[in-house]
Amino acid sequence: MPGKLKVKIVAGRHLPVMDRASDLTDAFVEVKFGNTTFKTDVYPKSLNPQWNSEWFKFEVDDEDLQDEPLQITVLDHDTYSANDAIGKVYIDIDPLLYSEAATVISGWFPIYDTIHGIRGEINVVVKVDLFNDLNRFRQSSCGVKFFCTTSIPKCYRAVIIHGFVEELVVNEDPEYQWIDRIRTPRASNEARQRLISLMSGELQRKIGLKVLEMRGNAVVGYLQCFDLEGESGLVVRAIGTACTLDKLSSPAAFLPACNSPSKEMKEIPFNEDPNPNTHSSGPSTPLKNQTYSFSPSKSYSRQSSSSDTDLSLTPKTAPYPQGPRIYLCPSSPSLSCGSLHLKKSCLLLSESSLPPHHSSLVSPVLRKSVSFSEELFLAASGMGSGSAGKEGGPFKALLRQQTQSALEQREFPFFTLTAFPPGFLVHVGGVVSARSVKLLDRIHNPAFVGIMSNTRSYKLLDWNSFNSDEPETRDAWWAEIRQEIKSHAKALGCHAVVGYSESTSICEEVCILSASGTAAVLNPRFLQDGTVEGCLEQRLEENLPAGCGFCHIPYDELNMPFPAHLTYCYNCRKQKVPDVLFTTIDLPTDATVIGKGCLIQARLCRLKKKAQAEANATAISNLLPFMEYEVHTQLMNKLKLKGMNALFGLRIQITVGENMLMGLASATGVYLAALPTPGGIQIAGKTPNDGSYEQHISHMQKKINDTIAKNKELYEINPPEISEEIIGSPIPEPRQRSRLLRSQSESSDEVTELDLSHGKKDAFVLEIDDTDAMEDVHSLLTDVPPPSGFYSCNTEIMPGINNWTSEIQMFTSVRVIRLSSLNLTNQALNKNFNDLCENLLKSLYFKLRSMIPCCLCHVNFTVSLPEDELIQVTVTAVAITFDKNQALQTTKAHVEKSLQRASTDNEELLQFPLELCSDSLPSHPFPPAKAVTVEKTSPMGEGNFRNRSAAPCANSTVGVVKMTPLSFIPGAKITKYLGIINMFFIRETTSLREEGGVSGFLHAFIAEVFAMVRAHVAALGGNAVVSYIMKQCVFMENPNKNQAQCLINVSGDAVVFARESELEVVSTQQPAANCQPACTGGEVTT
Amino acid sequence: MTSELDIFVGNTTLIDEDVYRLWLDGYSVGDAVALRVRSGILEQTGATAAVLQSDTMDHYRTFHMLERLLHAPPKLLHQLIYQIPPSRQALLIERYYAFDEAFVREVLGKKLSKGTKKDLDDISTKTGITLKSCRRQFDNFKRVFKVVEEMRGSLVDNIQQHFLLSDRLARDYAAIVFFANNRFETGKKKLQYLSFGDFAFCAELMIQNWTLGAVDSQVDDMDMDLDKEFLQDLKELKVLVADKDLLDLHKSLVCTALRGKLGVFSEMEANFKNLSRGLVNVATKLTHNKDVRDLFVDLVEKFVEPCRSDHWPLSDVRLFLNQYSASVHSLDGFRNLPKAVRPHLAAPPPLPQRVSPCGHQRGCHKT
Repeated sequence: MPGKLKVKIVAGRHLPVMDRASDLTDAFVEVKFGNTTFKTDVYPKSLNPQWNSEWFKFEVDDEDLQDEPLQITVLDHDTYSANDAIGKVYIDIDPLLYSEAATVISGWFPIYDTIHGIRGEINVVVKVDLFNDLNRFRQSSCGVKFFCTTSIPKCYRAVIIHGFVEELVVNEDPEYQWIDRIRTPRASNEARQRLISLMSGELQRKIGLKVLEMRGNAVVGYLQCFDLEGESGLVVRAIGTACTLDKLSSPAAFLPACNSPSKEMKEIPFNEDPNPNTHSSGPSTPLKNQTYSFSPSKSYSRQSSSSDTDLSLTPKTAPYPQGPRIYLCPSSPSLSCGSLHLKKSCLLLSESSLPPHHSSLVSPVLRKSVSFSEELFLAASGMGSGSAGKEGGPFKALLRQQTQSALEQREFPFFTLTAFPPGFLVHVGGVVSARSVKLLDRIHNPAFVGIMSNTRSYKLLDWNSFNSDEPETRDAWWAEIRQEIKSHAKALGCHAVVGYSESTSICEEVCILSASGTAAVLNPRFLQDGTVEGCLEQRLEENLPAGCGFCHIPYDELNMPFPAHLTYCYNCRKQKVPDVLFTTIDLPTDATVIGKGCLIQARLCRLKKKAQAEANATAISNLLPFMEYEVHTQLMNKLKLKGMNALFGLRIQITVGENMLMGLASATGVYLAALPTPGGIQIAGKTPNDGSYEQHISHMQKKINDTIAKNKELYEINPPEISEEIIGSPIPEPRQRSRLLRSQSESSDEVTELDLSHGKKDAFVLEIDDTDAMEDVHSLLTDVPPPSGFYSCNTEIMPGINNWTSEIQMFTSVRVIRLSSLNLTNQALNKNFNDLCENLLKSLYFKLRSMIPCCLCHVNFTVSLPEDELIQVTVTAVAITFDKNQALQTTKAHVEKSLQRASTDNEELLQFPLELCSDSLPSHPFPPAKAVTVEKTSPMGEGNFRNRSAAPCANSTVGVVKMTPLSFIPGAKITKYLGIINMFFIRETTSLREEGGVSGFLHAFIAEVFAMVRAHVAALGGNAVVSYIMKQCVFMENPNKNQAQCLINVSGDAVVFARESELEVVSTQQPAANCQPACTGGEVTT
Repeated sequence: MTSELDIFVGNTTLIDEDVYRLWLDGYSVGDAVALRVRSGILEQTGATAAVLQSDTMDHYRTFHMLERLLHAPPKLLHQLIYQIPPSRQALLIERYYAFDEAFVREVLGKKLSKGTKKDLDDISTKTGITLKSCRRQFDNFKRVFKVVEEMRGSLVDNIQQHFLLSDRLARDYAAIVFFANNRFETGKKKLQYLSFGDFAFCAELMIQNWTLGAVDSQVDDMDMDLDKEFLQDLKELKVLVADKDLLDLHKSLVCTALRGKLGVFSEMEANFKNLSRGLVNVATKLTHNKDVRDLFVDLVEKFVEPCRSDHWPLSDVRLFLNQYSASVHSLDGFRNLPKAVRPHLAAPPPLPQRVSPCGHQRGCHKT
C-alpha cells in the first residue's frame, strides 16, 4: 500500500441551471479513483455550492497512482429520476509523484462535459502521501520525471544522456464497440477519454520503468501520440530520451543555469567555444583553474589534470602521444587571443607542413582494428582521407570507437532532443527518414523506405523485401522503421540520430508510418558516466573549430553515400563541408549564422485513385518516392531562392486521404557561415529556337535573380564582409598579427580556389520543358515574404534576433477548405493547397500586426484530410515581440563581442564548469573579475527570485498562465518544473448550427482546451506551460445531421517562471493586483 | 475552393477595438468588412480583402461568445475560458454598456417591456442606429433594471457592483433605471430640446432628495421609488398660493432680495404670482401617478415656457429659484415644517445645466 491519495472538494461556481423550475441546481460530487468512489453531500438550490467536504482518502498502489486519473464528476441530484451529470474533471496526479515537482494540486478546474463543453468550475484540493517502498518499485516508476521539452530543461544539467526509450500500448477503441447497440455520445466519449487517460498513464509508467532500468531519472523530449485506427483499435505510443538529470541547486550554479533564453540567444551569432564544460570530468574547482587562467602554459596545466586517463588510453591507438598535445589549448582557429595566438598560428602552419603520410599511416591502423564494423570503417576512412584528420585523427577515431561502443549497446541510438548541451553534437550528416505503408487489418504488405539526406540524393530500397508472413505487431512495424533509420544513419557515417520523431497518417485501413531524424556523430561524454572518456573527449574537441564543427561531414569524402559538392569549411578552412545542410534539429547555439532565418515550406498534393486495401497501399507506396523527391526539390529551390544554405527543424508530413496524398515540409532556412554561398537558380528552356519563349525564360530568370537579391537584403545575408571580419578581427598584438596574416593569406588562397569550384558547381538548373515545370517555377515566386516587421521560423529561436521582449502570444489557427470540383488536376490541387497555407500565414500576420516587430516562432503546421474534398490545416505557433533598435545594433556588436568572448571563453570554460551548459553571463574582459561578480550576485539573485516567485503563486487561481510551444519564456527564467501536462478531450455536438456552425464549435472547443490546460497548470502552482504542443486535432462534421465531433490532444510542461528585471516584476504584479478581487472571491468561498 | 472553417484562437484573447465598435454598432460582417476597407486598413497593412473578411468573422465570433459573459460582467472576470488582460476586460464591459444619446432619448422613461421592444424598429429607422444595436442597448437597460430593481443600498453602487461600470456610466444607468421605474414622460415634443444629460442631472438630484433612500438607507427599492410621504407633504405648499398674505409676503421677500440683481426684474415682479402658482401646482399634484409622469411636461409648460417668453437669462432663473426657495424658510407657517420635508427644502435647488438653443434654460426642479 505505498500511497495515499487525499482529495477534498471545496466548492463550485457558475454551475449551469439544471432545474428549470427553480432556475437552480442541487449539486453533489462523486470522486472516483480506480474502483473506489466517494460522494459529497448534496448542496441544494445553488449555482455556487459550498461543499467543503472532508478529505476523501484512497489507499492505492503506486502503480495505480501512475496509471489512473482522478475522476471527479459533478451531478445534479434528482429525487424522482436519475441524477443528471453536469460534467467531469480528470486530474492527472502524476506531477505529485516526484519530489521536486508540485506538492499539492489545488485550484478551480473547469467542469467539462463532452456534449456541452465547460459548465462552471469546481475547486478541488489533491494531495498524495507516498510511502517509500523499500522493495524498489517493480511495476511502478514513480519518481521518473517527464519533460516534453526537447532540450535539457533549464535549471537541470544532464549528467548522462542514456538514449532512446519507446513504448506502445494497444486497446480496443470504445467508440467502435457500440455498433450493435445505439451509441450514446456522452457515454462513448467519456469511455474514450478515460481509456486514453488510463493508457497514457500506463505508457508513462512503462517508459519510466525502462528509464530506471537504464539507471536514468528522467525522460526528456517525451512525445506521446494516439493512433485512432478505427475498428482495429487504439494505439498510444510514446518516444523519448532517457537522461540522468541533476537539479542545479547551488546558488552559483543556479544563476547561470537558469539564465534567460534571451541572453542565451544573444550568443548565438557569436563564435562560442564548442568546448564543453568539465562537469562530467569531475569537480574542477574554480579556484584551481583560476590560478592558471593567465598562464600561457594553460594547455599543459589542463592536460596534467587529465593525464592519468591520457596515459591509460592513448597508447592503444594513438601512435603519436605527443602529437595531440599541441592541440590541447582550447582554441579554435576563428577565436583567438593573447596567449593562444601562438598556438593558433602554429596550428595553421603545422597543418600545411605536416607530411601527408601521417594520415595514411593512421588510417590503416584504424581500419585494421575496426574492420569488423562497417560504420566504423566509414568513420575511420573518413578521418584518414579527410584533409583535417591529422593529429586529431587517432583521437577522433578513438572517440568514435568509444561512442560506438556506448551506442552499440543500444538497439536504437536515437535521441528525441533537438537542442543539446554544448559539445554534445560533433558532426551532422543530414536528414534520414523512413516511411512504411501498412494495412491495418492485414499482415503482409509492401513497405517503402526512403532515405533523404542533405543533398539531392535519393535512395529507394527494395520495399518488397519486407514482405513477411509472420504476424506483425505495431511494435514490429516501428522496429522495422527504426532499423531502417539506423542503417541510413550508418550510411552517412553517423552512429546516432538526433531530433528523432515518429508520426502516422491513417485513412481507412491504410496507415503510413513515418520516422525522421538527423544523422549525427555525438560526443560520448554525455552518453556514459565514467570520467575517463570525458577527459579524453575534452581534448579531442579542442580540435574542433567553433561554430562550424557540426557542419563538417562525418562520412567519407571518397566514398560518399550520395553525390554532394564538398568544399572546405568557410569558417575554419580545414575540413570539408557539404554545400547545403538539412537537419531536423534546432540551430546549435554555437553555430555562426549570417543574417536572419526564415520559414521555408514545401507543399505538394498528388491525386490518387480510390482503391481498397492492398491496391490502395500499393498505389500509395508507388506515389511516396515521387512525393518525397518533389518535396525535397521544392525545399531546395526555395532555400536557394532565399539565398540560404541550411535548413533546421525540417519536418516533412505526408498525409493520406481517400483520393489524394498531401506533403507538407516546414523548416527554418538560415545562412551558415561555414557553408559555401549557394549558387543561384538557372533556368533552361527546352526549345532554344523560339524567340519569344527565350525572352520569357530570360524574363523569368531575371525575376528569380531579383528575388534572390531581394531576399538577401531582407534577411540581411551579406556573407563576405562578416565572415572576413570574424576571421580577421581578433588580432590584438602586432607580432602575432603578422603571423596570422600570413596564415590568413594562405587561407585566402583557398578562398579563391573555393570560389572557382563554386562557380563550376553552379549546376542547379531548372529545366522548363512543359507547363508543369512552368507552374513549379511560378509557384516558387508566389511565396510572398512576411510583411515588414515580421519574421517566422519553425525552430525554437530565430537566428539573428536576440533581444526578445516579454510579450508572447501563443495561438492555434485551423482552416478547412472544400475543394470545388471532383475532377481536379494535380496543379489545381497544388495551387489550392498552396493558397490555403499562404492565406493562413497572411491572416496570422494581419491578426498579430499589433505586435510588430515580432517573430512567429515554432510555427507548426499539420495537414489532415478528414474527408474526400476537405483539407484541414492546423497551425500552432507563438508570436514573440522583440526590440527592433537593439536588433540592429547586434550585428555590429556581435563581432566586437565575439572578439571579447574569444578572449574570455577559454578561461571561463575552465573556471565555471556549470555555467557552460546554459551559457549565460555577459562576458567580462577579465575572468577574475567575472568570478567575483558571479559570487556577489548569486545570493542576491536567489533572494530576488524568491520574492518574485511568491507573487504568481499567491494568485495562481486566476492569475495569468502563459502558454508557449517554446522551451523558454522570453525575459524570464524558469525556476521550477511542475510536471508534464498531457490531456485528451473529446467534444461533440448535435446542435452544430446553434453553436455557430463548425467555426463556432471548434473555436469554442479550442478555447476550452486552452482554459483547461491553464487551470491545471495554475492548480499545480505554475504560471506557464512550455513546450506546449497540440498533437492531434481530429475534426469530423456531419452538417446534414447538424452534428460534429472533435478530438484534441495537447501536452506540455507546467512550470513556474519569474521575470528577470525588476521593472517587469512590477508590471506582472500590477495585473495580479487587478485580479485580486477575483482571487479573493475564490478564496473566500473556500 | 471554399473555406469551410476558419478560426484563430489565442491563449490571450485578441480584441480589436475597431472591430468591436463595428460589432457593437450592429453591422453585419459584410458591412463591417466594407467599412474597414474604407478605413484604408488594406493599404496600411498590405492585407487582402479575404484576410480582412476572415479576421472580421473571427472577431465577431469571439464577441458573440463573449456576449453571454458580458451580460453578467463579474462572470467575465472570474471565467477561465478567455484569458483577457484586466484593462481589456474593462474596455469590453464599458463599451458594451455604452449607449447612444439618440437611442436613450427615445426610450427614457418608457416601460422596459416587450411592447417597447417591438417599437425598436421604428426607433432604429428614426435614429439611424441599427436594430441590432438598439436591441443590445435596450436589453442592457432592461438587464440592469431587473438586477437592481429590488436591491437595497445605493442605486449607483449596486449598478457598479453588478456590472463593473465606470462611475460615470453607472450614474447614467441609475438615471435610466430611475426614469424607467417612475415612467417620467420625456418624449413629448415640448421636451425634445432636452438632452439625456439634462434628465440624468435631474434624476441624480431627485434620487438624492426625493426618494426613500434620501431618508432611510436601509429600504428595498430605496433609490428607485419616490418617497410617498414626501409627495404627500408637498401638498402643504399649496398655502403659498392659496393664502393671499403669504403669497404677497413671499413675493416681497423675493423681490427685495433680488432687486437690482435681476436683468428681468420687472418681468419677474409682474409674473411672480403666475410662476409661483405654476410651481406649487406642479408640486401639490405629485401624489397622483399620472402627474408624476408628467412632471417634466408640467414644469416646462408652467415655468420654463413663461420664463422663456420673457427672455430670462439662465443666471436670472437660477437666482430667482434660489431666492424663491430660500425665502420660504422665513415665512411664518414654514418655520415648523414636518421633519420629513425639511431635508428636501434644505437641499440646494438644481442648477440648470444647459442653455436651450433660444438662449433660455429650463428649471425643472423645485423645492
